[in-house]
Amino acid sequence: MALDFDSARLPNPNLTSDHEAWRTQLRRFVDAEIVPFAEEWDEAGHIPIELWPKAADVGLLGMGYPEEYGGIMDGIDSWHSWIVNEELARVGVGGVAASLMVHGIGLPPVINWGTEQMKAEVAPPVLAGIRHIALGITEPGGGSDVAQLQTIALRDGDEYVVNGSKTFITGGMRANWVSTAVRTGGPGAGGVSMLLIPTHLDGFSRTQLDRKQGWWASDTATLYFDNVRVPAANLIGVENRGFNVIMTNFNSERMGMASAMEALGRVCLEEAVVWARDRNTFGKRLADHQVIRHKIAQMKQRLNATQAYIRACYEAVEAGTANPGDIALLKVQASETMEFCAREAMQVLGGMGYMRGNRVERIYREVRVNAIGGGSEEIMRDLATRQYGL
Amino acid sequence: MKVLVAVKRVADANVKVRAKADGTDVDLNNVKMAINPFCEIAVEEAVRLKESGVAEEVVAVSIGDKSCQEQIRTSLALGADRGIQVETDANLQPLAIAKLLKAVIDRESPDLIILGKQSIDSDNNQTGQMLAALAGLAQGTFASEVVLEDGHARVTREVDGGLQTLNLKLPAVVTTDLRLNEPRYASLPNIMKAKKKPMDVLTPEELGVDVASKLTMVKVEPPAERSAGIIVESVEQLVDKLKNEAKVIS
Repeated sequence: MALDFDSARLPNPNLTSDHEAWRTQLRRFVDAEIVPFAEEWDEAGHIPIELWPKAADVGLLGMGYPEEYGGIMDGIDSWHSWIVNEELARVGVGGVAASLMVHGIGLPPVINWGTEQMKAEVAPPVLAGIRHIALGITEPGGGSDVAQLQTIALRDGDEYVVNGSKTFITGGMRANWVSTAVRTGGPGAGGVSMLLIPTHLDGFSRTQLDRKQGWWASDTATLYFDNVRVPAANLIGVENRGFNVIMTNFNSERMGMASAMEALGRVCLEEAVVWARDRNTFGKRLADHQVIRHKIAQMKQRLNATQAYIRACYEAVEAGTANPGDIALLKVQASETMEFCAREAMQVLGGMGYMRGNRVERIYREVRVNAIGGGSEEIMRDLATRQYGL
Repeated sequence: MKVLVAVKRVADANVKVRAKADGTDVDLNNVKMAINPFCEIAVEEAVRLKESGVAEEVVAVSIGDKSCQEQIRTSLALGADRGIQVETDANLQPLAIAKLLKAVIDRESPDLIILGKQSIDSDNNQTGQMLAALAGLAQGTFASEVVLEDGHARVTREVDGGLQTLNLKLPAVVTTDLRLNEPRYASLPNIMKAKKKPMDVLTPEELGVDVASKLTMVKVEPPAERSAGIIVESVEQLVDKLKNEAKVIS
């Protein structure tokens, strides 16, 4: 079948037999440890905590992080990451991937900008899957306008006193630490710092954001800081230079989201094709109706374009020439493709697709979190035009 | 003690294979290939013997063109220590494989040889038995449990009537059944480390084995497609059809 998840992937000469070996083993892991339970976890609204150590054992959590903290970096490149995003997307439960891999946005600020002591304390247990870290940027008063964030950290002796709130924080309910954007200086981007806030401190509290449209399995939270006293040594990077940390982080997050979105679109294609071949209407297969054939072709066309764009961006990342504007627009390309594929697949599946318990239905309601989270489509276009010097 | 495992490259178990249009063989063009599942169980068993301190070295052998090195690498990622590829483009039958493995055994002198009971592509279920006969070694096929002690292997076999336990003098040949173990996943760090493990390449000529096949494949054709069923109106009609059309009851 030339339109299943694997055959609908364009050839990529960057992939070696090592990459394929990783895909094979990761898929075995995902098919045994995640796929059979994913729907149940989604309905239940959480993932069993035992999944993290298992994911650590197979190398999923440590990929791309230094060996000294239990990670693996030697020989690891962007293509390994693409495979992870694809294989986790294949499950068709976005909340599982988002929550399981949320250290992918929470930990890099610590690894790239944190002190040696901070890295040694935080990275090993997070990469072993026994402790958890999240990223806290968005606030109830504003998300996209990062430079205007209002959570205040006032220096008091050897401590910062933090007051404010963060919301839509993926992995926030179980996090032991939150890499948090706080205001330590004046207004605007120049007053923002990153602070590693342990969640056991007095004055920290959180509530689960349930009844979301998608990502049900993710323990997304609102966090509250009420005079939380954080050691000054927990500052990540330089005071008032946090904006740069945040922006650097966004590029890899967006690459990850874009490659996952394309794969989710491909799942929709796969499901639509299986159904169109099987289902008979008006005396012939759905797949023999021109109107359905065109839907399939349009899905594949957009997926092809998105895959080629992802590959171009990952090649630039590998070459050290990545353009944040291109990555921002890739994210838009991917969310529009995912949205299109989810819509068209749902039309092909008809009433069956509308019922809970299938991948297309789940992906359909996970379109918006992808089109908004990690930088909304509107912000991405604006960022790109600024990057391009318009 | 040294354990030698044989691994075969086959079409992935999840792939739906097709016959070539001209009926000469199965079409493996662009088909995802993998280690034969029974061979994977063999590797897992050998690695567990090593982890439990019973074995010191696990050697993985595969026979075929260069691409079978991928399956050797997978075995190394799962925990084997080194690999041997016997490189040949020939279309090999079980007897030739058994002769080549016998030649490898003569060079390596392993204490235990573990193979899959059969491969999921050709389903011959012959290589292990032939190897044991050629090498003059004891054999325990369809193993669901293997315990090594005092120079012997106690092998529990899955036979038609239940379980049979044999006590084999080492060195011996064991072939794996499905329930022997559940193979682990190779972790990403182990996949990367496997690249650095040694792999020797030998040829049938070096081993002095003639691999010419005595068998000719006549034809490969797909199974007949199942035609649509019907819904019967009544039990009487069902019984009538079973009796007179299908002739399965009388």
